[in-house]
Amino acid sequence: MSQQPAHHDNNHGEEPNFYRAKRGIMSWLFTVDHKRLGVMYLASVLLFFLVAGILAIFLRTELLTPAADYVSASTYNQLFTLHGAIMVFLFIIPATPGALGNIFLPLMLGAKDVAFPRLNLLSFWVYSVAAVMLLCTLLLGGLDTGWTFYTPYSTSTGTAAGLAALGVFVAGFSSILTGLNFVVTVHRMRAPGQTWDRLPLFVWAIYATAVIQILATPVLAITVLLVFIERFLGIGIFDPAMGGDPVLFQHFFWFYSHPAVYIMILPGFGIISEMITVHSRKHIFGYKAIALSSVAIAVISFVVWGHHLFVSGQSEVAGIVFSFLTFAVAVPTAIKVFSWVATLYGGSIVYNTPMWYALMFLWTFTIGGLTGVYLAVIAVDVHLHDTYFVVAHFHYVMMGGLVVAFIGGLFHWWPKITGRFYNEALGKLSALLVFIGFNVTFGTQFFLGHQGMPRRYFAYLPEYEAMHRISTYGSWILAAGLFCALFGLLAAFSKNAKKAGNNPWNAMSLEWQTQSPPIEHNFHETPHVTGSPYDFPEIDKSGGVHH
Amino acid sequence: MLLNLLLGPDPALLGTDAMSASPFSLLPAASTNAQELDNIYVAVTLICALSFVLLIGAQVYFMVKYKKPAEGHRKTSPITHSGKLEFWWSFIPTLILIALFVWGETLYMKMVTPPSDAVNIRVTGQKWFWTVEYPDVPGAILTDELIVPKDVPVRLTLTSNDVIHSFYVPVFRQKKDAVPGRYSNLWFQATTVGTYPLFCTEYCGDQHSTMIGKVHVVERAEFDARLAEAAKLEPGEGESMADFGARVFDRGGCAACHSIDGSAKTGPTLKGKYGAQEVLSDGSTVTIDDNYIRESILEPNAKVVQGFTPQMPSFAGRFDDRAITGLIEYIKSLK
Repeated sequence: MSQQPAHHDNNHGEEPNFYRAKRGIMSWLFTVDHKRLGVMYLASVLLFFLVAGILAIFLRTELLTPAADYVSASTYNQLFTLHGAIMVFLFIIPATPGALGNIFLPLMLGAKDVAFPRLNLLSFWVYSVAAVMLLCTLLLGGLDTGWTFYTPYSTSTGTAAGLAALGVFVAGFSSILTGLNFVVTVHRMRAPGQTWDRLPLFVWAIYATAVIQILATPVLAITVLLVFIERFLGIGIFDPAMGGDPVLFQHFFWFYSHPAVYIMILPGFGIISEMITVHSRKHIFGYKAIALSSVAIAVISFVVWGHHLFVSGQSEVAGIVFSFLTFAVAVPTAIKVFSWVATLYGGSIVYNTPMWYALMFLWTFTIGGLTGVYLAVIAVDVHLHDTYFVVAHFHYVMMGGLVVAFIGGLFHWWPKITGRFYNEALGKLSALLVFIGFNVTFGTQFFLGHQGMPRRYFAYLPEYEAMHRISTYGSWILAAGLFCALFGLLAAFSKNAKKAGNNPWNAMSLEWQTQSPPIEHNFHETPHVTGSPYDFPEIDKSGGVHH
Repeated sequence: MLLNLLLGPDPALLGTDAMSASPFSLLPAASTNAQELDNIYVAVTLICALSFVLLIGAQVYFMVKYKKPAEGHRKTSPITHSGKLEFWWSFIPTLILIALFVWGETLYMKMVTPPSDAVNIRVTGQKWFWTVEYPDVPGAILTDELIVPKDVPVRLTLTSNDVIHSFYVPVFRQKKDAVPGRYSNLWFQATTVGTYPLFCTEYCGDQHSTMIGKVHVVERAEFDARLAEAAKLEPGEGESMADFGARVFDRGGCAACHSIDGSAKTGPTLKGKYGAQEVLSDGSTVTIDDNYIRESILEPNAKVVQGFTPQMPSFAGRFDDRAITGLIEYIKSLK
């Protein structure tokens, strides 16, 4: 990526952009430039998205027919485990903070870099070590525990669970360091005049995410540590054979992993807020409500983990309390979606690729959110727990939420990152194919779920065949759509890609007020913020009734 | 590839009818709580569908109405917030959600509170079959088959011998994890005679997908006879010991781990093994004879064949001498 973009920006004696400011492989590997780190994160997470996505296509293809067709049961189990573990720990969690957050958070704040640039570099290297560890489990004969590592299965299986757990442990530190860095950056590095109510909502979202990363991730480390203490010191904690309690592991695991769901989705909310406003030329509706609901979601997310244990044998009273708290998280989430739709009102909507992804998000994420209501109703969850309904629900939230927002965000900020335009036709085609493919793949799985089809089955009863077939066909369409998106983005590197200029969308936030791609220190002069990032010139300030 | 085909669930062997004809319809409701649960399910579906249509309807309307003009931009609305609107769109969903919570909680309390006069059955999960014991009926121990009377409350006590499994009968809309080292309970009252699948819904290893049993709901009057018939484990008149052994093999769920066609599963195959020499995990060798088979049934982990792990549960107390003799004869017959 470093060679291509924006040779022309230097023609008028301007400072070189950050790709060209330094040369050589070492200038990348040991860079403390947040933008270069962001680009390296982006390349890594996209690679892991591709790997885990290919695994998913294998899974879906095996599920085309009820019988076992192409892979053995143990291969299938390793496929779904790696699909989940790579997607969660190497793609979704680091994707938005690591890539888009790193590149744009300091730019949006008008800062030269994050608060601790070296820590940022360390964070990337820790992430890389974790990635290598997780991938090494493949060489050690694979991992077949599911990404949830439930004991006692995970401690009794003869596969590479130990190394994988260690990889997750290490990945957690990367996440904590990034979170810490971002919280300090937002508190200390804002441009003059950039008060909290003038922050772009992407910053608010990354900030709320960072808080969860700092507070929740240590619990994951503690959990893994306890597993190791049990395994190597023989102290019974989770293993019933040693007097431990396997359900305790689930409490520990979900105490991290439920907030982690919001580590995954909150940054997506931020991306959507930016895209919807810029491409409809409207001030965001309910800035305070959206910003504070991110914080509310972050707080409530810590007390809902028990809904993963409704049928695990936790006490009934605990189940009911967790059910109630789970409903509580639905309210701030609903407020956000309503506010985004209301933002469209009275706008001037531009239908480009980022906007199509943003509008798609409103559809897919709303389905993800509404089907969460089914699972919050504790009695209904007893029926749907661990069925395909849950699989469909969390894919609508994770993929229909974060991934759709992330891809849209890539298109939205691609001109800034590369200095060139992506291919609009391919981008729109990708949005169409992703929309159709995604809904066909996962929409059908709600029906499988309410009909009782359990998760993690590699062969199944024939009555489930119709929906599984359609779902598999959908996954192929989805894959085609994602490749279109990739090629659409890569088109920016072709010789005749259109130059983007500093601010192709006429956006108001600070990242657009500098060169594309930005110079090494982001801005020639520290910018001063005088108003909201959503105060577009098209907004009718005449005070009259508009339309 | 042959191994893969063998590992898939065989619906013909399972012998249950498809639960419903169309993938869109609800499953049959075969327990007292199932109907009520479906009522909530349908209500939630209607509320969600209405919310979705209203929201996406508004979105699509705005998308069409406020499309950017061909040239330039129109002036856009200066509205940034509306306290009133924001209050109502927070308040109304809150009310609906509270109502759903209360409804779900009320049914849940019923679903987890068995009546005191319920029939007790113990269910144990292990890789990869369910053992069903009727404590009130001596000797009534079944594998992957649960026989329950219609219109009588039944209370299951669940546990596991190895990893976590989850007991799920879709037509009863009931599910509970079977956790090693502790007991959990699940109860239901069946309302419709029939045979239904029973799934394991907590991932438990290689053959998780085939850990499927059957639930037979029978008329109350037939229950004792059906149970006695199913539980009977003695050689029938004129039945050879090898045939009887085949039934014992089936009843014990042995096929979950031991193939009879020469392929290795979790345990070694039984085909052609009688009289053969096997190397054990400690390097010593053993001849497979009556005594080795007997020991391996009663104390399975004493001598484990090389290449396999000690995973088999003991069948001491489960199979009497005659059943063991039957099994030995059956293994002899697998040439």
